[in-house]
Amino acid sequence: MSNQAVPHPSFGGPEPDSVAREQVKTAANPLLGFSGGEGADTAFRFAMLACAVGVVALLGLIVYQLVTGSQLSWHTFGWKFFGSSDWNPVEDQFGAFPFIYGTLVSSFLALAIAVPLAVGVAVFITEMCPGWLKGPLSFTTELLAAIPSVIYGLWAIFVMVPLLRIWVQPFLARTLGWTGFFSGPPYGIGMLAAGIILAIMIIPIISSISREVLTVVPQNQREAALALGATRWEMIRIGVLRNARAGIVGAIILGLGRALGETMAVTMVIGNRPEIAKSLFAPGYTMASVLANEFSEATGDVYLSALIEIGLALFFVTIVVNAMARLLVWSVTRGLPARSNA
Amino acid sequence: MPNSVRVLQISLRRRVMDRFMTALAALTVLLVLLPLGAIFAYLLYRGFGSISWAFLTQIPKPVGEAGGGMANGIVGTVLILGIASVMGVPLGIGAGIYLSEYGQNRFGDLVRFVADVMNGVPSIVIGIVAYGLVVLRQKHFSAIAGGVALAIMMVPTITRTTEQMLLLVPHALREAAYGLGVPRWRTTLSITLRTATSGVVTGIMLAFARVAGETAPLLFTAFGNQFWNLHANQPTAALSLQIFNYAISPFDEWHRQAWAGALVLIVLIVAAVSAVRIAVSRGTLAGVR
Amino acid sequence: MGVEIKVEKINAWYGKTQALFDIDLDVLANHATALIGPSGCGKSTFIRCLNRMHETLPGARVTGRVQIGDLDIYKGTSATQLRRRVGMVFQKPNPFPSMSIYDNVAAGLKLNGFSNRKQTDEIVETALKSSALWDEVKDSLHKQSGASLSGGQQQRLCIARALAVQPEVLLMDEPCSALDPISTGKVEELIFQLKSKYTIVIVTHNMQQAGRVAEFTGFFLLGRMIEFDKTERIFTNPSDKRTEDYVTGRFG
Ligand SMILES: Nc1ncnc2c1ncn2[C@@H]1O[C@H](COP(=O)(O)OP(=O)(O)O)[C@@H](O)[C@H]1O
Ligand SMILES: [Mg+2]
Repeated sequence: MSNQAVPHPSFGGPEPDSVAREQVKTAANPLLGFSGGEGADTAFRFAMLACAVGVVALLGLIVYQLVTGSQLSWHTFGWKFFGSSDWNPVEDQFGAFPFIYGTLVSSFLALAIAVPLAVGVAVFITEMCPGWLKGPLSFTTELLAAIPSVIYGLWAIFVMVPLLRIWVQPFLARTLGWTGFFSGPPYGIGMLAAGIILAIMIIPIISSISREVLTVVPQNQREAALALGATRWEMIRIGVLRNARAGIVGAIILGLGRALGETMAVTMVIGNRPEIAKSLFAPGYTMASVLANEFSEATGDVYLSALIEIGLALFFVTIVVNAMARLLVWSVTRGLPARSNA
Repeated sequence: MPNSVRVLQISLRRRVMDRFMTALAALTVLLVLLPLGAIFAYLLYRGFGSISWAFLTQIPKPVGEAGGGMANGIVGTVLILGIASVMGVPLGIGAGIYLSEYGQNRFGDLVRFVADVMNGVPSIVIGIVAYGLVVLRQKHFSAIAGGVALAIMMVPTITRTTEQMLLLVPHALREAAYGLGVPRWRTTLSITLRTATSGVVTGIMLAFARVAGETAPLLFTAFGNQFWNLHANQPTAALSLQIFNYAISPFDEWHRQAWAGALVLIVLIVAAVSAVRIAVSRGTLAGVR
Repeated sequence: MGVEIKVEKINAWYGKTQALFDIDLDVLANHATALIGPSGCGKSTFIRCLNRMHETLPGARVTGRVQIGDLDIYKGTSATQLRRRVGMVFQKPNPFPSMSIYDNVAAGLKLNGFSNRKQTDEIVETALKSSALWDEVKDSLHKQSGASLSGGQQQRLCIARALAVQPEVLLMDEPCSALDPISTGKVEELIFQLKSKYTIVIVTHNMQQAGRVAEFTGFFLLGRMIEFDKTERIFTNPSDKRTEDYVTGRFG
């Protein structure tokens, strides 16, 4: 719009009208003598810096606590700690292998169940569902993430486990029992139950991050596929999923990180027995569960130290897994909203 | 090539595949919503069936006696969360301010990365750290130890959301304040942070909701308590701990109480989150400097 | 009262790129001085050097001397105290969205620690009257948010906000470019009245506007000030060929 079109009466400068002139009172600057605040600026900046340093220091503190706490166990057992299956507090013999095994099996079982579902949900919400359904659907799936772990466990004990025991496990034993993965007495409680409840718990994070990744795939990738005469599914497969691969893998790894460290729900349904069995019906034990069950009762110094070493191992694995996932997701969604300057 | 010809070229097989995959994706949604519906339905059914006035006002009765409740757990949860918020919220907001206002550098990137990675540290591990920091030194369990654990868990979320919300505030507003001779620190607090209040509070509530139901880090920090306790320095009951202990017990009466506790916990979380959201939208907190 | 401004050899950089080259300028007190020139020639950069706003951007740098009244602004003066004496109005109206109209106008006082309620009330009223907004908003001072006003009202609110700290100089960076013709007319009239009490430096790329409000005009090109003279002369009889080309619309 051009301002030049406006004829303005005051061109050339007639006297400003005297009433307005009256209103423009002169007054001494009321702020003369007020501090410019340079000292406060520096102090504030340092206070905020201190908070940021504090965040990094927190991580340092976590590492320090875990490393110093596990020294005794490390010096007593060395690497053997992670390979030995002997967990005997009475004789001060500690080996973490059954817990590592249980953690890995339950987590990967959870991934096997959760990934197809979570990615399916993400694809459905971003690419297939009608607009009005997007909001409610994403809200509802994210609601799953807001339920405390202990409530999942409670539900699993009283609803899911009986269902498994009465219906699912007998069925699996009949049909797939020959594989050896689904045999033995159907307790309900055990590795299978842990894997399923974990899957339910990690679906929201995998699907919400996958959704984030899918939405940043440029529109022209979709259009290119459609222009070639692709059906919608082909467009999704070629134009969307292929481009979002790295990010979806990141989302899955993030889900794995969650599953590895998840404690309460697993502790409530896995059976808590440090045994290694082929059948998923058998009870197991995870690193997080043994901490939950035994930490506050650990009497001996070596016992406590061995538990802390398990914590350190768990910490280390989740850090690596999370760092990897973050880098993958960042590589796709890259960066924060840019700061706009004048 | 006319459009109709191109449509005809899409073979039947490909069209069937398209329909099939769409149906499959819709099915995954149903499969995911199913447990959610089941959990909420069962929670409401068992929870409302078991809750009572006594549950909300009394402390646990010894095993075998009917009645009693989790009043001490409710109060304990509020106490622990209060301690956690007092420690975690200022630290998280401060770090978020650093990142958005001064953190466009290598160190800022390090802090961002550390915060994101810390978000993934298992809560039980945080519990061990709080145990070493507080319980081992004091030689007893306490609400403070529990609060420390939950505070450590809140900080990364608050830091990152605060940063993101502050970055959404237009630079022009900061310049408007600078132009009035307002010092930078005052601009950050009274203009930038204040403009972003509702977003920052949302971040805090996210962090709060996440830790409010945490159990694992409280097991060997707050520890739990069968009796009333209002001293931050003593072992303290928490709803989540009590739900856990009752759920794995062999008593029907305690199972009922666990369900009632779960319902109360969910209601407390939802109520706290909505109360703050409403307060922010009404502007009650908009004047917070 | 307004004060005069003396600018000597100002050079300014954004990182490694230089945006201003050896600018010299004398601005007379209680007059309006317009800066014109094609987009990107450094007008905004220059005006932001006058209240030390340039240096708030990361990597930005200034050299040279600026004397405003008795202050040598790049020597021994605090930037915040300087900015309380040199008000600024921006291209896009930028009222504080979380504040009421009253709080917007009082912001400069309150945020700088001035806490006298009664005096603040008076100053807010005077500032709103000076910016010709009082009649339109006096009934909703506390009820209405600054962001809920129309664009033209918002810009006048921003002028009131700048006036409330009682500056001696008012810097305006294309204050009308985001406004409709009617609002533009109002703001121009306002500028015309304000210069009796303030020294005004106004950036515009609208030459008619320069003619309507300013006694003096400087012409910028590629980071240099090509010519500075009485407005009338710049438009009717410029001494530099490039100025003539610009004001006659032959480029820019
Ligand atoms: N924030 C910035 N960062 C880098 N360069 C800038 C920035 N702002 C302006 N410039 C450059 O400085 C020069 C002068 O810009 P500016 O002063 O905004 O011009 P004008 O206001 O006259 O249109 C331009 O070449 C522009 O690209
Ligand atoms: Mg400009």
